[in-house]
Amino acid sequence: MILELRRLSCGYGRRVVLSGVDLSITAGENLCLLGPNGVGKTTLFRTILGAIEPMGGEILIDGKSLSGRSRRQRARLMAYVPQAHTAPFPFHVIDVVLTGRTAHISLTASPSRHDEEVARAALERMDIADLADRPYTELSGGERQLVLIARALAQEPRVLIMDEPSSHLDFGNQARLLSLIKTLVHERDLAVLMSSHFPNHAFACASRVGLIKDGRLVALGDPGEVLTESSLEDIYGIPVRILEGDPETDPALKVCAARAF
Amino acid sequence: MADGLTETAETEGAEAPEVGLGSRLRAAAVRLRLPGLILLPILVFLLSLTLGRYQVSLAELFTLFGAKLGLTDATVSQEVSTVILNVRLPRIFAAMLIGAGLALSGAAYQGMFRNPLVSSDILGASAGAGFGAALGIILSKSVIVTQFLALAFGLAAVLVTYTLAGRLRRGDPTLFLVLTGILVGTVFTSLISIIKVLADPSDKLPTITFWLMGSLAAINRQDILILIGPMLVGGIALLVVRWHLNPLSFGEEEAQAMGSETTKMRIIVIGACTLMTASAVAVAGIVGWVGLIIPHVARGFVGPDYGKLLPVSAVIGAVYLLLIDDIARMAGPLEMPLGILTALIGAPFFIFLLARTRRAWT
Repeated sequence: MILELRRLSCGYGRRVVLSGVDLSITAGENLCLLGPNGVGKTTLFRTILGAIEPMGGEILIDGKSLSGRSRRQRARLMAYVPQAHTAPFPFHVIDVVLTGRTAHISLTASPSRHDEEVARAALERMDIADLADRPYTELSGGERQLVLIARALAQEPRVLIMDEPSSHLDFGNQARLLSLIKTLVHERDLAVLMSSHFPNHAFACASRVGLIKDGRLVALGDPGEVLTESSLEDIYGIPVRILEGDPETDPALKVCAARAF
Repeated sequence: MADGLTETAETEGAEAPEVGLGSRLRAAAVRLRLPGLILLPILVFLLSLTLGRYQVSLAELFTLFGAKLGLTDATVSQEVSTVILNVRLPRIFAAMLIGAGLALSGAAYQGMFRNPLVSSDILGASAGAGFGAALGIILSKSVIVTQFLALAFGLAAVLVTYTLAGRLRRGDPTLFLVLTGILVGTVFTSLISIIKVLADPSDKLPTITFWLMGSLAAINRQDILILIGPMLVGGIALLVVRWHLNPLSFGEEEAQAMGSETTKMRIIVIGACTLMTASAVAVAGIVGWVGLIIPHVARGFVGPDYGKLLPVSAVIGAVYLLLIDDIARMAGPLEMPLGILTALIGAPFFIFLLARTRRAWT
């Protein structure tokens, strides 16, 4: 187990948003959390990342509790990919990716040649080396999302947290990104925890799925078993139909759609 | 695979291949950037020493420096020596130190607050220091006590802002810092107004008013001693941690997730900027706009990477305020207050910058 949550509760002030979350993720595994808006996926991520204190329970990496670890130590274990955003200043893409090296650069130092090589390698891996000297603010949403993933790779983490990584992308780029995530998980032996608004994204790239409803993790397991018409109807409150591809031509294809209501 | 993921990207930002005079000029500018940034301050420094109502030639200047360094036996007249060493040199040093300090603070704050429109006075340092100085003047304290009061109240104002923001904060700490900074600034500005109302209109009031508009006219060697400590400590602290302003400008939570010790950084940056801003106000009054526009000029030269941006901001800030001060002491029969000149030049320039770089901020 790389990332492990034990009876984790989280929320703001006295308000509990999620409670009793138990789950663990190993290397090479991608766990996708699904649940309606406002159910607490982002709150859970912020708690795991250390932005807010857990209200109860424990977060462990390699069996050791995260509490009491410095930001720097946490960041060497765990990286975060936010939704594609804009920066207040037109940083060059290479400078954005270099910020992923922060945990490896002491407070009084600047990036070393090694840091630069790691950053360039991350850009190469994402096939965007040619963007290195472009201003980040002038990129498209899809390109910016790739830069943010490159930045997370440059951090050299073991755990990757992604908050709806494909939500601002067009149809084609969503599919490409999900496929890329699937490849990276195996290639880098990463433990990935991501969230999505679309059960189809879980079908496309997750090795396991968690469903969140009413402040609890209500189901956890293989996408094929957890994502059923009845479980999706239950958490989203609409009639759902799951369709499978032709066993001859698209045996792996599985999608869900909302039925007319 | 990532192949093709970028195909649908908008390409409006891409640079078209350029040929001709424009591109060659731009390439030359890039090549001359570094030597220019070293040579320019030296040239402006020497030029400024010769400028003034009392004529001093470059030859006399070099003779004086040569004699001081023991390189030559030749001497210059006593007047030249006094004008250069006691009047112009302190004033020029002060202008360069203050220009560099305000530009550094502004650049660092713009990154930390993720806002290109903030400046060195955002947390109330200028208003607090201004109040301290006004208090010193109305209480008829000596110059040194007045300067000390200014420095102390400048630091105190920011301490109040920082503590209050820490108590009030929900979520993003920088937002609460800016909000409480504006409040604390407003309170101190009102306190200055109260002092002005109470001040003797024939004597103290003009002194306070003129002082608040900013000037280096009365600078002497002793002022440099007050200025140099805070400026060196603050400036060096910022330059040492400068690269870590890059992750900080992506916001508190993202920076933390990347391993940035944001609380430590905030304390270093706020401490350094407050020292520099308050000591600048203590010696020269309130000189606005430098901390706002110089970082943008510097970004135009080297881009937003703080590794390069901070040193370049310091150099440009020093040269800028020195040139403005040259204008202030040369322009007319009366000394022009510095704050008025920096605003008169700064505001239109800022509009020009806005029009040019609007795209980068959206």
